[in-house]
Amino acid sequence: MIDLLYFAWVRERIGLPREQVETNAATVAELIAELSAREERYALAFADLASLRVALDQELADFDAPLTGVREVAIFPPMTGG
Amino acid sequence: MRIAIQAEAFDMGAEANRFAAGNHGAGAIVTFTGITRDTAKGDLEAMEIEHYPGMTERALTTIATQAMVRWSLADCLVIHRYGRFAPRAPIMMVATAARHRGDAFAAAEFLMDYLKSRAPFWKKEITRSGTGWVAARDEDEAALKRW
Repeated sequence: MIDLLYFAWVRERIGLPREQVETNAATVAELIAELSAREERYALAFADLASLRVALDQELADFDAPLTGVREVAIFPPMTGG
Repeated sequence: MRIAIQAEAFDMGAEANRFAAGNHGAGAIVTFTGITRDTAKGDLEAMEIEHYPGMTERALTTIATQAMVRWSLADCLVIHRYGRFAPRAPIMMVATAARHRGDAFAAAEFLMDYLKSRAPFWKKEITRSGTGWVAARDEDEAALKRW
């Protein structure tokens, strides 16, 4: 079971801030493809990977990073702090 | 080193004074304060800042620790607020203390560049004509390359 967190417009498009999913996806990219195939709102939120960033257990990571041992996956747009 | 992620307002003068008072060995203190910028049209009603609790603390601590080591800082301070703000509200502050001004300025710029694109905050503008998430700028990403 993985905790999935969404922020900013990703959260708004999916319609919830967090959820738990059961998945066999090996990488973030596979997890995103799995969710996108599940429902239209995910496909819409994840349509353009170039406009998304991902963190695994609160550290920025690449889409091809393995999910082995990961408990928390966050998907969000490029950050705009400062 | 102090990292504060908070909803509450801060007093930039009081923060700067407190920071300066604690750093006797430093000959230079640089402070930067970020305030909510109006839109080009001048119709900003509010700005909302969302963050990722947990990761924000980690990211800011990592960035600040890097700055401390790289420029041999005597101290550094990062305050970043989240929530809903009126135009011109102070939303964040960075302070650096070093023996000489070059290091204090460079470290403050480094902190700001990394805060912009590597700390998990997202800004949303609420204007009279609608709402929209602030897009990340290519220049902000490019700015990281100089470090």
